[in-house]
This record gives sequence, structure tokens and C-alpha cells, in this order.
Amino acid sequence: MDIPKEMKYTKEHEWAEIEGDIATFGITDYAQNHLGDVVFVELPEVGSEFKAHEVFSAVESVKAASDIYAPVGGEIIEINSELEGHPELLNRSPYHKGWIVKVRLSDAGEAKELMDAAQYAEFVETEEYR
Amino acid sequence: MKSHGITTLSIQEPLIFDQGSEKRCAFSLPDEGRFGPIEQSIPKHWIREEIEGFPEVSEPELVRHFTRLSTWNYGLDTGFYPLGSCTMKYNPKVNEEAACIPGLSGAHPYQPESISQGALRLLYDLERYLSEITGMDRCTLQPAAGAQGELCGMMLIRAHLERNGSGRRRVLIPDTSHGTNPASVAMCGFEAVPLKSGTKGIIETDAVRNLMDDDVAAIMVTNPNTLGLFEKNIAEIADVVHKQGGFVYCDGANLNALMGMVKVGDLGVDIVHMNLHKTFSTPHGGGGPGAGPVAVKETFAPFLPVPEVVKEKNGIFAFNDDLPLSIGKLKSFYGNFLVCVKAYSYIRAMGARGLRQATQTAVTNANYIRKRLEGHYHLPYDDHCMHECVFTDRLQKKRGVTTLDIAKSIIDRGFHPPTIYFPLVVEGALMIEPTETESREEIDRFVEAMIDIAEETEKNPQNIKDSPRKTKIGRVDEVTAARKPVLRWSPGTDE
Repeated sequence: MDIPKEMKYTKEHEWAEIEGDIATFGITDYAQNHLGDVVFVELPEVGSEFKAHEVFSAVESVKAASDIYAPVGGEIIEINSELEGHPELLNRSPYHKGWIVKVRLSDAGEAKELMDAAQYAEFVETEEYR
Repeated sequence: MKSHGITTLSIQEPLIFDQGSEKRCAFSLPDEGRFGPIEQSIPKHWIREEIEGFPEVSEPELVRHFTRLSTWNYGLDTGFYPLGSCTMKYNPKVNEEAACIPGLSGAHPYQPESISQGALRLLYDLERYLSEITGMDRCTLQPAAGAQGELCGMMLIRAHLERNGSGRRRVLIPDTSHGTNPASVAMCGFEAVPLKSGTKGIIETDAVRNLMDDDVAAIMVTNPNTLGLFEKNIAEIADVVHKQGGFVYCDGANLNALMGMVKVGDLGVDIVHMNLHKTFSTPHGGGGPGAGPVAVKETFAPFLPVPEVVKEKNGIFAFNDDLPLSIGKLKSFYGNFLVCVKAYSYIRAMGARGLRQATQTAVTNANYIRKRLEGHYHLPYDDHCMHECVFTDRLQKKRGVTTLDIAKSIIDRGFHPPTIYFPLVVEGALMIEPTETESREEIDRFVEAMIDIAEETEKNPQNIKDSPRKTKIGRVDEVTAARKPVLRWSPGTDE
């Protein structure tokens, strides 16, 4: 399972890549693997604002529909419209072509709450078959 | 002895568009010689344009076509249907007989009360039976299904809060509740707050205590929850919620585990909805419609939907629309009336003792399956279950076989698959609900099919991954179907 070092993670299996006051959000390799084939991604509108832990998107797979939570709060400045026609990018390339939104952070301090790659790897271990 | 679920002759059937011949017709129009051309007796705007490629078949061709297709169907009258959290129990035919009594089936919603006394009494009595079964004070039969019952319950809570000047807006939703719960909460303008269940699969009182504040309007508990486990702390949780001014809503979709044994009203529940099409044996799914009555404690009675059925001093039944605080109407007229007739028929035929026995048998059957499949399939929560049990594909996944493969393989063995990948809190869930209406022999056949799949997984997993192989269509491509849905047939696209 792929867990890139440069990203931060949530317990709900979202990732955030933070550069200055801009962050990119997506779902992790673990998440896409457990959701199964993604068939639809609901995208927010550019300009909408979300608090940390608020639902900003929803992903439907053949198994289930899952809410996607904002790792940190901010304003949406760009969405990955490629996902509208190609939801499978979430499966094929969860950390690169399957990014979901770009956000201007409202509070850079919030990122401290997120897990780093090592912590997330450890967390994922405890998640398998409760 | 012939075994179940083995394919025998099943007639193939082409599309109706590929049958018949030009000018053939399954319907006789009035004789043109006697009545003149049809265009003269019917307004022009009622006559359709010619539809190119419209099937032209004779009556026997038409009847055979649809009768043959109907034999491909699988329903409760065909076999075991262990869909977890859906209570697919057999629907007794006496219910249909009752619903076909002309005075009930032919009753018009606008006919005067004076000639509707039987229908009104039935609604009045059913409301009281359901209140008694749930331990509540009043009940509305109006909601058309479970999710509308949930919405009704949330609207009642909002009306009650507003009446008392409270602006509480959060509702706690455990991760083991039904998926419709947070949706109903959001539709009613509340905010759904997720509540994590404890390691034993049930809600811990402290978790509720930590989230409970004066902005929480209610907690919405599915009991037993979607793991098939009884929420043992419910009374204590209700106490915590009530002390802080909140209410307790119970999703009663799983009432088949409690009916006649436990009254949820005694556990501190303020509002509960029931699914007549689950617990009370009225048809489900395509055979519906459903009905989702909502029972409440007295404090919510002034807010119930209108009209209510009342019994006047002289014993005459009447509708009453005069409820100034009512949340209004949820459904045209009085809900799905004939579904109520079927549920009434079921309750009267079973009696109090019968309902209690149904519950006991439903719970026994689920525990029997749990015990017999233990070891063959992984049990995420190793405790007594209520009316359904949840397994996972953990053991089979080592051989590359997933829950989906297991479900498809059950089809080849002559059964409808159980619920899969739900509840979401269990990885690769397989949720089995046998209900009380299955015989020991039928359940044994199902268990043996499941064990056979587990054994085949060890020997030749590819056989499971290639299933179903006995169906007319093999494994369908669910991913492409969802990503690129083709929702309408057009000529040349049938293959």
C-alpha cells in the first residue's frame, strides 16, 4: 500500500498536501482499495468554504457511498473536473491524477492535527477487520 | 430426493420487439363497420402517433412473453431471501385476502365517513395495536415507508422544540445505524453528528455523555443495531439524553427482534417508526408499497400529522383535522391504507402470543446460522445476535475470494444472496437475516450451501470467482453499468 511521505493524513483516510497556504485533498490508496471501483465523485463548487472535518465531497463505489471530510478548513479554489468523466482516476492514481480539490487554508495551524505517513501507516494496521 | 437450486429447464425468451408480425394485434378495437372509424369517437389528442418498431403480437404471444419473464423472477414465494436488515419474511396469503374484501379494496378516500366505519375502525384499532406493541401512547399510520417515518419523527422533534422555544440543531447518529438516518436528519434541517460505537459493537454511554450538550436535539438509535446486536445501554443512554433536554428516536426497522418481547417505550424511547413491510409481513420491494407508521409518547401527540381517526362518544369513528400544532400531512389521504389492512390482518391472525413466538423464532434462527457458520466464516463480533448475524470474507480473502464472489456463488446454489458490504463499520460484511418464517430444513440447506462455498474456496477459488454460472446472464459488469449507465433500450443495442 502506497503512503507517500510528503502528505498528511486523517483517520477517515483523506490525504492533504500542504504548500504554503494552499492544500490539495484526496483519498488514500487504502481508501480507494477498500471502496472498490469508484463510479461517481461529487465535487463542491469553487468558492465554497469548509471547516476541518466538514463533508466537502462524496464518493460512490459499487459497494457504498462515502462522505469525504476536509482534513483542514479553507476555501475551494480549484476542483478536479477530470473526475466527472473519469471517476476511476481515484482508483488508478489516488495521490496524483485523482486529487479532488485545491483549497486556500483558513488556518495553517490546523495541519498540526493531521497524521504523518508513519503515523498513518500505523493507524491503518489497526483498521483491518475489527 | 430432488435437491433445491439445481437448474432445470428454463425457457429462453427473446425481446418482445423481436417477436410477432406486421398488423398482428393483441387487442380488438370496436368494429369499424358498426361504430365507424376509431378516430371519430376519440379526441385527437388521445391518439398516439405511430411508433416505429412498436411490437405487433397476438394475445397468446403477449401473455406467454410476460408469463415466461415472470418465471425468471425470484421472490419470497420462490425461496429463501436472507437479506439482512430487510426482514424479508414470507407474506401470508390471508393478508391479501383481507385486502381484497370489496368494502376495503374499493373504498374511496372521499366517500362519506358514514359508509367508511369499518375502514376507520381498522385504522383506529391498528394505531392502538402498534402503540401497544411499541409501548407508546399514540401513533400515525401516514408515512409511506421507513425513511418517511424517520422524516416524520424528526419533524415532530423539531415542532416540539420550536414550540418550546429551543433552537437545538444537532442529532447524534451511531455508526451502526441505517444509512437513511443521517439523510432524514439533514432533510429536516438538523446536523447529523456521527457517534462511534464501542469495541463490542454497541454504543457506550460515555460516548453519548461526551457529545451531549444543549445543542443536541436527539439521538437516533437503531435497535437492535445493524450488527444485529441489542443496544444494551439504551435505557442509560436515554437517561443521559433526557437529562440534557434531548429526545430519543428509535429506528424500529429491526423490530422483528423485539416484537412481543420488549416495548421500546419502556427503554426511554420517545419516538419510534416501524416498517409494516418488514415486521408486519406486508409485501416488500417491488411488491410494495411500504408503510412506516410512527409511534410517539404523549408529549408529541399534538404535533402528529392530520387527519387522525377518532372515536366519538356514540362509538362512531370520524376523521379529525383540527390539530392546530400538527406538522401537517405527509402523504395524500391516510397513508397506504391497504398495506395497513394487511398488517392488521397479520396482527389479528398471529395474536399477542404468536407475535412473541415469531420474535423468539427469528432470533433463534439467526443464532443457529451464526453458530453453524462460525469457523467457516469470520465473525467480527462474537456475541449472541438478535434477528440477524454479520460475517466477513476475512478467511476467504486469503484465497482471493471476496464477499461479492461469495454472494454470486450463493445464486448458483439456489438462494438469494444476503446483504453485502453493509453495515459499513464491518469490512467485507455479509449480513444474514433468516426471519422466523424459514423452516429448519431450508435454513440447513442454506448453511450447507455456505459451507460448500467456503470449502470450494479452499480447493478451487476460481470456481467461486467465476460464479454465477447457472444463471441466464453470468457476472455482470457492475462498474461499467454504474459509470456508463444505459437506461433505455433502442433497436440494435440489445446484445
